[in-house]
Amino acid sequence: MRKSLPAALLAVGLVLAACGGDDSDDGSTGEGSGGEGNGEVEVFSWWTEGGEKAGLDGLVAVFDEECSDFEFLNASIAGGAGANAKQVLASRLQTDDPPDTFQAHAGGELRDYVEAGQLEDLTDLYDEWGLTGSISDELLDAITMDGQIYSVPANIHRANVVWVNPDVLEGAGLSTDAPATVDEWLADMETLRDAGVQAPLAVAVDWTQTMLLEAVLLAELGPDAFNGLWDGSTDWSAAEVTAALEKYGQVMSYTNDDRASLDWPDAVNKVTGGEAAYNLMGDWAAGKLDADGLTPEDDYLWWPAPGTDGVFQWLADAFVLPVGAPNRAGTECWLDVVGSYDGQREFNTKKGSIPARTDTDPSDYGPYLQSALEDWSTDSLALSLAHGSAAPVGWIDAVNSAVGQFSAGGDVAQLQQQLAAAAQ
Amino acid sequence: MKYRIKTWGPGLLLLSPSIVLIGIFVYGMIGATVNVSLTDRHSAQPAENYVGVDNYTDLASDDRFIHSLQNLLILTVVFVVGTLVMGVLWAFLLEKGVTAEGFFRSTYLFPMAVSFVASGVVWRWLLNSAEGENAGGLNALFGMIGLDFLQNPWWSHPDWGMAAMALPAIWQLSGYVMALFLAGFRGVPNELREAARMDGASEFKLYRHVIFPQLSPVALSALIIIGHMSMKMFDLIMAVSGAQYLTEVPAVYMWQTLLANDYAKAAAIAVVLLVVVAVLVVPYLISNARAERQR
Repeated sequence: MRKSLPAALLAVGLVLAACGGDDSDDGSTGEGSGGEGNGEVEVFSWWTEGGEKAGLDGLVAVFDEECSDFEFLNASIAGGAGANAKQVLASRLQTDDPPDTFQAHAGGELRDYVEAGQLEDLTDLYDEWGLTGSISDELLDAITMDGQIYSVPANIHRANVVWVNPDVLEGAGLSTDAPATVDEWLADMETLRDAGVQAPLAVAVDWTQTMLLEAVLLAELGPDAFNGLWDGSTDWSAAEVTAALEKYGQVMSYTNDDRASLDWPDAVNKVTGGEAAYNLMGDWAAGKLDADGLTPEDDYLWWPAPGTDGVFQWLADAFVLPVGAPNRAGTECWLDVVGSYDGQREFNTKKGSIPARTDTDPSDYGPYLQSALEDWSTDSLALSLAHGSAAPVGWIDAVNSAVGQFSAGGDVAQLQQQLAAAAQ
Repeated sequence: MKYRIKTWGPGLLLLSPSIVLIGIFVYGMIGATVNVSLTDRHSAQPAENYVGVDNYTDLASDDRFIHSLQNLLILTVVFVVGTLVMGVLWAFLLEKGVTAEGFFRSTYLFPMAVSFVASGVVWRWLLNSAEGENAGGLNALFGMIGLDFLQNPWWSHPDWGMAAMALPAIWQLSGYVMALFLAGFRGVPNELREAARMDGASEFKLYRHVIFPQLSPVALSALIIIGHMSMKMFDLIMAVSGAQYLTEVPAVYMWQTLLANDYAKAAAIAVVLLVVVAVLVVPYLISNARAERQR
């Protein structure tokens, strides 16, 4: 019994010491990066490998030149589409320990942060940087929320692109020109099936099916009514939506059964392998196809998704200024670089996307991106749910789940009811 | 009086750090979760009002949540039955006496040392759903040995996919159940067997009436341990299929909800999950405590 008392005291002492240690840790993290006009700028992203990392390095090179007073601090966290990064970010924002800036999708996905009062309005800085004139009015309008701008888009990707294997089409005696409507597309897929291509359209997990659903809705409703789905001006329960969802059901009947177990590159591989003729995927697929050693216009073709010609369904990676950013001056300099001509060129030529600015020199880019640049300057714009320009994360998750359920069951009425519920 | 404090005082002092820590970090956190689940905190902003049990009634009418519970039920039944059958079978075979018993015991037990995430990545490939020419993993194996009719979509089957999802888990934990039962078999005194044999019991009757009845506490322990592991299953499913509707269980749904900043709903799912597991575990703990007292 005698022995246990000192031991107990020791244990209590250790616990207290451990708690004390934690406290002093918390105190020190905030201090290092303060100050005006110099210091580290902590940039939080999920760009850790491949073209994304190369793009980030390109941005950093410009930043080091333009903002030589500041030092770039990489706070990137690996994990597909930022699944891990977003968790870490949420907990840091909650404990009032924001990074100096973080990566996010421009548009609807920022609404959660804006409503929580976690982002600073950048409207005045846009004028200061002269960015207002370098970004198209339509994009500016789309990223303006209640009259204020909260993000600087670093790039633009296109979501409504169908990647095509011309050999498979020719094998079935089809033209390699894009079908004008979803109906014509369905007829072509029937022809392909008759020619022995069982699943002409390759799809993968839930979110890729959401992209397909969006493309069909966009084709059937037109860009205005489609964009209205996200701000409430188009009713999800309307008869036109029902008709479009039935079309989507028909399109899905031409897809592969093993979709749930595939990721998007697997679906692209089905097209390049000749097992399927089409895959709908964002234009980051061009980067993968080129990396696979395929020649554009020869080994693969691309079209705007049938029925969406002349519409550019965009998504953008952007950076923001969090409320309480420790190094505000440094963040402003970072954002200035992100929006600048040099910054966007260095970033996008390496990442394989196009700049959000209107003054881009196409000769810096490959064949696909040149065609995307041309469309970007002429097409009307549509939002993307699956990639965050249309709506907050909760909505995206609910739609992915509804689409996954439809993939297993195929009940159009239930799909529509769940989509309508997700919009509430 | 002084003497009595001397008896229990130091013990309490010794325990107090862990009592305080568990009080805060387990029960305090459970309380905080229950608290959040009763509010309307559906975004990153602080809660505005208490809404009573609204979040729970919403879950009760949420198709997606019901579906995740159904998935969990299939997973748990297959997982528990599978590990018990395999574990008892292996333990029985080892108990009958084989050469190199130590080797087999270790071989069967080893998979338990692998984390669900690591084995999940391998099983994701083994349970590839492609059939015919493109088959991979087990389906390719079936094709190779001419058993094509056994090829199936595994976990991507809309109704019974979760049964396939239990395969990796069965593979990993059957050895553990075997170890439990082997210890149980060895714990039955030899005199009892000899006495039964003397009385003319056949080998079947010996197991049926003498040995198995004595193993019911072991079976209950195995059931509880495997059952509660299954109910909390998250890592294996994330590794094999990722978060998607088809294979969603409450723990995955909770994660997805949390990612979407719906704290109140995520907390409600967490509490339901806790209650479901508690329904299984608490009676076991109570009966255990009673048995201890009787001893």
